[in-house]
Amino acid sequence: MMHALRLLLDGDPYTLEVIATSLKISAVSLAIAIAIGLPLGLALGMTRFAGKGGFLVLVNSAMGLPPVVVGLFVFMALRNDGPFGQAGLLFTPTAMVIAQVPLAVPLIAGITMAAIAALHPDIRLQARGLGAGRIQQARLVAREARPSLVAACIAGFGITISEVGAIIITGGNLLVGGHNYTRTMTTAIVQETRQGRFDRALAFAIILLVLIAIVNIFLTRAQTRR
Amino acid sequence: MRRVTLCLLLFLATACTSTDKGTTLVLASTTSTQDSGLLDLLTRQFEADNPGTQVKTIAAGSGEVLALGKNKDADVLLMHSPEQETAFMKDGHGVSRQAVMNNEFIIVGPSSDPASASNGGTIQQALALIARSQQTFISRGDDSGTHRQEMQLWSAAGITPTGDWYLESGQGQAETLVVASEKSAYALTDSSTFAVTRSIDNLKALRLVGLRNPYSVIVVNDARNMAAAISFADWLTNSKGQLVIARQGLFTPVTPAGP
Repeated sequence: MMHALRLLLDGDPYTLEVIATSLKISAVSLAIAIAIGLPLGLALGMTRFAGKGGFLVLVNSAMGLPPVVVGLFVFMALRNDGPFGQAGLLFTPTAMVIAQVPLAVPLIAGITMAAIAALHPDIRLQARGLGAGRIQQARLVAREARPSLVAACIAGFGITISEVGAIIITGGNLLVGGHNYTRTMTTAIVQETRQGRFDRALAFAIILLVLIAIVNIFLTRAQTRR
Repeated sequence: MRRVTLCLLLFLATACTSTDKGTTLVLASTTSTQDSGLLDLLTRQFEADNPGTQVKTIAAGSGEVLALGKNKDADVLLMHSPEQETAFMKDGHGVSRQAVMNNEFIIVGPSSDPASASNGGTIQQALALIARSQQTFISRGDDSGTHRQEMQLWSAAGITPTGDWYLESGQGQAETLVVASEKSAYALTDSSTFAVTRSIDNLKALRLVGLRNPYSVIVVNDARNMAAAISFADWLTNSKGQLVIARQGLFTPVTPAGP
């Protein structure tokens, strides 16, 4: 296995392309999911409206969405015969992002929402008393809850980098002309295992775990910095 | 709470013991036999003919099937990669290897046949026409028996497939056919998997000279369930197993069974 690890890390272009594709898909999915999930979580945490309880149940349930089910839905939608077949997006990196965003948004929104709800209500009341508008209030609340909001992003990153069920169905684990197109570290691990190349599968697994740890070092720093 | 725990324990206990009765034979096979439904038919009939023996099947790529055999995680292998099988036997990992059945390699592609590949006559010529017209071709790219056959055909045609028209899925045959159908691409496949894979309406088999795809059964050397493995291999190559294969109709048994 050390041999495989050395091979994979020794500037092997195939490995580097797999890692690059993983990080790219994960980063784009996460950025979009944060752009949707953070405001959504803040809004849900700060407002009261009729039927909010049902909405919270919906968001919380969606935190446990099975990736393979979301992948199947996106696959059916993007098929040639599907409602969005004309776009020709199936088996592209875009399709993988479309499948991952709905997995990460509920996690980010749900954790954000819970964090806001746990803040002392005086913070917002004071801000409102001092004449802060809704956006200013949200900004203040977000700053107070920052460690939890970073935790929400960490959870979102976790699912986008680790998930395999949705992206293997929608991305197809493809190489085009010998170059990586939709093959990530997780789908590559599935393939290497299927092919009985367990040492290479384990080497990819170690690289994946190390990369997750490195990204989390930075995120944790952002979380604890005051 | 205590009642829930008790239920869980009972569930675990039944889950663990249910497989302990009799012998459990582990059969590793390549994906085409499972995708075509044959594997289920064979194991069901074998279990009916041999009470007390259960068959656990693992469907995987040729590479994993061979690795399972080498590590003795499987007792018996059913696969179609002649070169790899010969090497496996030569290295002493198997005690016997017998021919079981055949199907055919075929080229499938969009019904409009944009590369006019069916004019080629043979699979090798058809591949050459696809490469020349740079029409999208999707390879298994997974070192499976079918992928090895594909690489042999390219090399016999004197072509190194590179360029944006050449895709590799790294997945099983059925998944690869689905990608080919969605991408309106050509692919090399075994005839049985093509016959049973659904929702690939864009693909048609090209009329070409057939290419035989032989399947063998290998009894793993020093298998954990050696007796059961040998009796399965014998059953498969004798009239009972051959009849199951003939009745299903997707593969041709090596010994044409009587009625």
